[in-house]
Amino acid sequence: MADDSPQAIRAEAIESLLKERGLITEDDIDEVIAMYNERVGPMNGAKVVARAWTDPDFRRALLDDGSAAVAPYEFEGGQMEKLVVVENTAHVHNVVVCTLCSCYPWALLGLPPRWYKDPAYRSRIVREPRKVLAEFGLELDPAVQVRVWDSSAEVRYLVLPERPLGTDGWDAERLAERVTRDAMIGVARL
Amino acid sequence: MSDAVELALPGRAAPPMTNGEVVFEAPWQGRVFGMAHNLANAGIISWDTFREHLIERIGVWEAQHPSGEHYPYFDCFLEALEQVLVTAQLVDGQGLRERIAQYETREHGHDHTHD
Repeated sequence: MADDSPQAIRAEAIESLLKERGLITEDDIDEVIAMYNERVGPMNGAKVVARAWTDPDFRRALLDDGSAAVAPYEFEGGQMEKLVVVENTAHVHNVVVCTLCSCYPWALLGLPPRWYKDPAYRSRIVREPRKVLAEFGLELDPAVQVRVWDSSAEVRYLVLPERPLGTDGWDAERLAERVTRDAMIGVARL
Repeated sequence: MSDAVELALPGRAAPPMTNGEVVFEAPWQGRVFGMAHNLANAGIISWDTFREHLIERIGVWEAQHPSGEHYPYFDCFLEALEQVLVTAQLVDGQGLRERIAQYETREHGHDHTHD
């Protein structure tokens, strides 16, 4: 299993010398890799959301035809035949699932989290969405309507979360940093 | 975590991505990526300096391979990181060569069963 390519050996040697000097730890490196995958993956989606919050015309276009609105970004990553963006409001909360498998707007959100592919999430979010959301830490007011969107190979959904309070005057770049993957799936609010 | 700064590698210095994630084709690539980001976040190396070295390594590789092959991103990344660390005397060049030699020996005796 060991990779004994010259690069692997060189990298391991550098790492060991840095560790000996106390400049880095094993955990440091693991955390950066994890951070990169969690943050950078969903950044495309976060940019789109932040722009929708700051650009009313773009927001309308996005809700009207998600695929067309994001096309100019030329995001990498296939599997996005048709993108439908659903907007959270004070009265409606949207959450996305793929009951059949794990269809997901990869180009916008990176790789799906493990739980998204979990059979329990896929079946339960349809049957008892409020309970599942509560388990994610999201307690919704009974007056808020929950809409569950079932993705397919043809249609991918992205939740447009409500803009967080206290962000008046923020530009899109700063707002994008507040947008999380889970909020764009709909299992969290911002 | 994380108050770690996200470090920009735009344009040619951008790592290979698929579906929004950095693609590591081998574990060592993730390790060097993690090392560079961590050292920069901690202020131990300068990200700008690292990026300059990376762009230079990519340029050198491309000059040697005019046929238009795509550069091996993480090979260049590893070379750039080594240059920065050795130049800043964070890693001793001689010590590194010795460690590599030691690991090469270890690898050969370690992974193969000889009858």
